Amino acid sequence: MAVRQISIFAENTKGKLDLITSSIAQAGVDIRAMSVADTQDFGIFRLIVTEPEKAKEALESSGCFVSITEVVGVSMPDVPGSLAKVVRILANNNINVDYMYAFITVSKKNASVVLRVADNEEAERVLTENGVTLLEEKDIANM
Amino acid sequence: MQKKYFQPEMETMPVEEIKKIQDEKLVKQVRYVYENVKYYRDLMDEKGVSPDDIKGTDDLYKLPFVKKDDLREAYPYGLLATDIRNCVRIQSTSGTTGKRVVAFYTQNDVDMWEDCCARAIVAAGGTEGDVCQVCYGYGLFTGGAGLHGGSHRVGCLTLPMSSGNTDRQIQFMMDLNSTILCCTPSYAAYIGETLREKGYKPEDNKLKAGIFGAEPWTEEMRRDIEKTLGIKAYDIYGLTELSGPGVAFECEAQTGMHINEDHFLAEVINPETGEVLPIGSKGELVFTSLDKEAFPLLRYRTRDICVLSREKCSCGRTFLKMTKPLGRSDDMMIIRGVNVFPSQIEAVLLNSGYEANYQIIVDRVNNTDTFDINVEMKQDDFTDIPGAITKKEKELQNAMKAMLGINPKIHLVTPKSIERSEGKAVRVIDKRKRLGINV
Repeated sequence: MAVRQISIFAENTKGKLDLITSSIAQAGVDIRAMSVADTQDFGIFRLIVTEPEKAKEALESSGCFVSITEVVGVSMPDVPGSLAKVVRILANNNINVDYMYAFITVSKKNASVVLRVADNEEAERVLTENGVTLLEEKDIANM
Repeated sequence: MQKKYFQPEMETMPVEEIKKIQDEKLVKQVRYVYENVKYYRDLMDEKGVSPDDIKGTDDLYKLPFVKKDDLREAYPYGLLATDIRNCVRIQSTSGTTGKRVVAFYTQNDVDMWEDCCARAIVAAGGTEGDVCQVCYGYGLFTGGAGLHGGSHRVGCLTLPMSSGNTDRQIQFMMDLNSTILCCTPSYAAYIGETLREKGYKPEDNKLKAGIFGAEPWTEEMRRDIEKTLGIKAYDIYGLTELSGPGVAFECEAQTGMHINEDHFLAEVINPETGEVLPIGSKGELVFTSLDKEAFPLLRYRTRDICVLSREKCSCGRTFLKMTKPLGRSDDMMIIRGVNVFPSQIEAVLLNSGYEANYQIIVDRVNNTDTFDINVEMKQDDFTDIPGAITKKEKELQNAMKAMLGINPKIHLVTPKSIERSEGKAVRVIDKRKRLGINV
């Protein structure tokens, strides 16, 4: 069920960001969600893309350092209180969120977020039990 | 009373007499070493030289060289020339792969060393009325102990500050009216900057002189420090292997450092061939101790490149002068006064499971050496969490600190991203060269 996220190590050097984005562009891969974790010396680019394998290959062939992590994708009605409900479910079940970020919205009806937790299966279980819609990779490709 | 020399009978002795003393002492020292140190005996036997072949300094060239590797190989007792019970002190410098260079001292050795430092302090205008603030590190490093002992010998009031804690340094300097400052030149510059930031003018302190060594610096830095602190700045040179600071020291002429020739015999050689070069040539400095008891050294290769000169000095001292080191004939770096070899860094990386793909970047910013090491990340170390990477960097930094004694800043970088020229990485980028510093 989990969604694959690609993480790219980005040193704080000239042209690094350009190299990352142009590699993905040339591979013809679409970015669906994006977040950057930054420190003083480096950043980690996290992306949800239409074709993770293809993106990884393209990035690696241009010298980027890439790793793949599984994360939880959640879809919810784009109305006030939806995210609060999801977060409350996780909190009530003692599930810690390492980080989260939103999808680039294409639908007006639904909003989607990425959740990074320690135990994907556990998070997916409690969210499903509480009626939250999870995203699958095929949903992302079709967004 | 203002004295011009600490030991005038030695420091101003006619050159012919110095040579005579050196001849006599060398003959004795070589015999002493041959009889008491198996390591040397083997080296000399191997070269087919016996103590009988050494009749004076003109025969020095016959002796084998000793290198830092020999000292490490003989660690810890292999070069000790006397019973350990006759020794009263050790000092040490860092070495590679966990092996340090440990130097032993008898009381006579300590006395000789402290006399040499006292000569340096008196040459800088020191008297018993002075307050001498020693902010070289105390401990295994020779900087603190050497100048501390020298200051006692001169009769100065000695402030054993050790390094660091600049606010406290300044408080003591101002409240106790320090007149002589002993530290690395970069720390002197840093103290000067801090004083200025605190609103002090050069005339607000009582300092008159500084004795600065243990790292490369420039004439430009000297003028800056002199202006900021309102002092005259003197250079000092030494090696733990020989004793510590005070092997050579600068006088008021500020045109090179007088070598304490009654204790240390200097030569300059071609580092490639080992050939002895005439005085005035640029080459690698080689020292022979003349009267050491615990840890004598014959023809020790310092790896420092310099030029010797025998020109008459306006200060009246007759001792040979050496230039500041003009570079190194090996890959040693001096960072914040500490000797660092790339091989030490390699050893830490391999021990910590990294490949030896790294790049050292040294610079000097605001008068302090910066020390960065780029290391290629292990495949498994990279995840989506930045904290996991900074934790690995911190671990590696701690391991480096344990080996080197100073803290580098570690940067984990993308695998295979470190430049390679013809398959071999450029290991060291020393940007201090842009400041004209001989590294």
